[in-house]
Amino acid sequence: MKTLQPPYTSEVIAAHGLTDAEYARIEAHLGRAPTWPELGVFSVLWSEHCSYKSSRVHLGRLPTKGPQVIHGPGENAGVVDAGDGLVLVFKMESHNHPSFIEPRQGAATGVGGILRDVFTMGARPIALADALRFGSPDAARMSHLVKGVVHGIGGYGNCVGVPTVTGDVMFDPEYDGNILVNAFALGVARKDGIFLGRAEGIGNPVFYVGSKTGRDGIHGATMASAEFGADSEAKRPTVQVGDPFIEKLLIEACLEVMSTDVLVGIQDMGAAGLTSSSCEMAARSGSGLVLRLDQIPMRETGMTPYELLLSESQERMLMVCRRGEESRLVALVARWGLDVCEVGTVTDTGRYVCTWHGEVVVDVPIGALVDDAPKYNRPMAAPPPMPVLDLDALPVPHVGAAMTEALLSLLARPTIASKRWVYRQYDHMVRTGTVLRPGQGDAAVVRLPETSRGVAISVGCNGRFVALDARRGAAMAVAEAALNVVCVGARPLAVTDCLNFASPERPEVMYSFSEAIDGLAEACLAIDAPIVSGNVSFYNETHKRGILPTPMIGLIGLMDDASRAVGQAFKEAGHEVFLLGKGDFGLGGSEYAALCLGALQGPAPSLDLAAHRLLLDTLLTLHEAGLITSAHDVSEGGLAVCLAEACFEFGVGLVATVPTTGARPDVLLFGEGPSRVVVSTQDGDRLIETCRFAGLACRRLGLTGGDVLSMRLAPAGHSDATTTLFDAPVSRLRDSWAEGFEQALKGARDPASVGPTTQETEP
Amino acid sequence: MTRFAVISFPGSNCDDDCVRVVNEVVGETGYKVRHDERTLDRADVVLLPGGFSFGDYLRCGAIARFSPIMDAVRAFAAAGGPVLGICNGFQILTEAGLLPGVLRRNVGLSFICEDTFVRVEGRQTAFTNGLEPGSVLKLPIAHNEGNYFADDETLNRLEGEGQVVFRYCTERGETGLPGRPAAPNGAARDIAGVSNVRGNIVGLMPHPERCCEPLLGGVHGRQLFDAVLRTIAGDGGPL
Repeated sequence: MKTLQPPYTSEVIAAHGLTDAEYARIEAHLGRAPTWPELGVFSVLWSEHCSYKSSRVHLGRLPTKGPQVIHGPGENAGVVDAGDGLVLVFKMESHNHPSFIEPRQGAATGVGGILRDVFTMGARPIALADALRFGSPDAARMSHLVKGVVHGIGGYGNCVGVPTVTGDVMFDPEYDGNILVNAFALGVARKDGIFLGRAEGIGNPVFYVGSKTGRDGIHGATMASAEFGADSEAKRPTVQVGDPFIEKLLIEACLEVMSTDVLVGIQDMGAAGLTSSSCEMAARSGSGLVLRLDQIPMRETGMTPYELLLSESQERMLMVCRRGEESRLVALVARWGLDVCEVGTVTDTGRYVCTWHGEVVVDVPIGALVDDAPKYNRPMAAPPPMPVLDLDALPVPHVGAAMTEALLSLLARPTIASKRWVYRQYDHMVRTGTVLRPGQGDAAVVRLPETSRGVAISVGCNGRFVALDARRGAAMAVAEAALNVVCVGARPLAVTDCLNFASPERPEVMYSFSEAIDGLAEACLAIDAPIVSGNVSFYNETHKRGILPTPMIGLIGLMDDASRAVGQAFKEAGHEVFLLGKGDFGLGGSEYAALCLGALQGPAPSLDLAAHRLLLDTLLTLHEAGLITSAHDVSEGGLAVCLAEACFEFGVGLVATVPTTGARPDVLLFGEGPSRVVVSTQDGDRLIETCRFAGLACRRLGLTGGDVLSMRLAPAGHSDATTTLFDAPVSRLRDSWAEGFEQALKGARDPASVGPTTQETEP
Repeated sequence: MTRFAVISFPGSNCDDDCVRVVNEVVGETGYKVRHDERTLDRADVVLLPGGFSFGDYLRCGAIARFSPIMDAVRAFAAAGGPVLGICNGFQILTEAGLLPGVLRRNVGLSFICEDTFVRVEGRQTAFTNGLEPGSVLKLPIAHNEGNYFADDETLNRLEGEGQVVFRYCTERGETGLPGRPAAPNGAARDIAGVSNVRGNIVGLMPHPERCCEPLLGGVHGRQLFDAVLRTIAGDGGPL
């Protein structure tokens, strides 16, 4: 890249993602024009990705405190108390833009980055999860993107030896131009072994550890802070390339170094590379830094200070060492075959100074870079209301064969179909701690090392409901993640978020962002699970068309005895099945409506957070009493899909009877909404009694057994006068569900055959 | 206490799992030995764990076989000591020439992580000593290169000598069903694990250390650890 001298043209300033006003502010801070490397440094640190300039004014409304919180947002990852002297360290982060440009490396480096955020804090990573959003499977490049992303996640996680234990994959045409790749990592550390990104102790040496610096990923953070246009292909060089083998060595080397007393602080080089890691460390400590850029290990010849500062080469760490312990640090790291060299010194000047063969090339106040970064309260405007679904225009499928066909079609939708094709490519068992594997439970459960306890993990967010009502939809994402964790028997502990939105420069996007923040806040307060880490990803739009607003949630919970984790499938014949909770549901925003209409229409179902909390608490009481043999929340695809999924793992069928309520059968079967769970039990009487005592709605659906799933309608009190809604062998339903994902990727499914056979008749 | 040395190469990622299972489940002594060491520290059993030694760059196991510790492993094996290679450890043993055959990319070219069934057969080895021939074990696999291959002459010889010790099969122990290969990875003759002629060196793609506790969904892996303890105790077996 050519080195330029001031004065810079408007084109050069714009190419750095800076507005003219922002550039003027830089000159005001410095009292002169910035040097070329300084311009680069401001450009990345003031990018949306690093500075949160559009979101900061809203993020303060999130609840981040609680007795369990040890470190909330602001550190590399959130830290919560897990008891027994252990802490859980976790975070979720987006890698959307790079993954769209180059799916394999984009997704792989997303995993690498989130792992570094966790082990940087002194934690041993024990689990990964991924929430992915793709466009319509037949959209341009989409099957390539799906395969590349899954390949990238697997290739990285498998090699570093951290199990990918759960995930969430949804497809919607609104993600055609911008896919989402949100990677989650969880680690465990001793409470007294947490490390922070601090540059303290005047005169302490700063060390560079890990891979050499190359020219990859230069301006990655700036790229992730702009929408896509016709030039996205040209942005490929801004995507980093990962090396999971080096990451594995880095994990072991860092954890070994952190088990000694040679370090003062440590920080990974993530977005904006060396620049952000070094500035953040100094800013947190109120110190200053001098970096000798010519000392940095370089992969390529002829690299300039500008490139060294902005490179996003992967698998690199910055460490501040105690003066006098340098040789110990070098010996510890060198044992792992990694580069380690002294590149700078901590100062008390409050300035960020970089030299190049003795010449000062950067000299700026750190406050200007980090604390005085622009902060915008961008204009907001409520978007026009979403269209409301006209039920009368939606034909009711015939009960019987047509209803079965509708269910088969839904089960084959890639959003609902088995994700085995995905998780079979991820090592989900390494580290011998995976108690509930992908697909077995509503949440994954991993053993809390050296204890008999378990940690449950759930990630997800249904962006359709957020698009229909941002506040309610965001709250529903938290509510569902909490319910998933409670279904397996764990108590919600804390939340990380990854807020994926379109351009903040559009008032309606900013409005939905602000509403979503309030929805998250309400729901997190209602379930006593604060948000301890997260990230914001704006500019997820292409040609001015934005994604579904998707505030992705990662929620963890704890359970006392991991061996009591409960799966989602009916275990054997003779168990009674109940529907718990009385949540609102309908076809607005449902997968069934997407199948039939191909368009998003509302309204979103309503959410009663107090009722939801009651459901969570009562379900935990039922777990503690050992009354639950399976639990599965009603989500995409509604009650019929929920019941079908519960039949699959062990091939146990069910004849379910639901009372006639006047609701249309398609609404009853496929309607979606929060706060409903299907459970099975060996002791129905005690379950009913517990629910009655708690005041929780509880309806008996039937008895497990046989190899058929059947749903019937019966007038209240007349269980013999039933109408059969559908009746299908479990194996037939399972085949459709098991093959749907791959079929969708192959495009083998004839679009004309998708959708229920409909007729204008009432049952 | 029986001492299990677990060799730790750069990129090994199942070394901790093997040590943990030996110490906490089997109740013997497990410890790691680094790739750049030269002695096995009084080992009774040597385990080469799974992972991506040296990143699996070049070819799985191709770099690891040159590690200084491998001289000690060769000497230990030559003296009849029991050596088990799991997944990447199996790949290293074939690259080192301690076991016949090679492991190629899975057919379908993707990584596969799932439970499989394998049938115990062939000769009694240090790690199958006392296991019922024909019995079926449920063991998980997690690999990208588990497609066992050797030329027909070698395969015939291995079968003739009873060196095929684990074969992928159905839950009921069937192999060779028409149109349904039992091996998920394309392995020749459904081979999941082999031994040397003497029976003290065994390599297999599935991970026995991942299924030694009911909590993790299976306990069949424990049988290999118990078998080698019987072997060490001199209770039958090939040594």
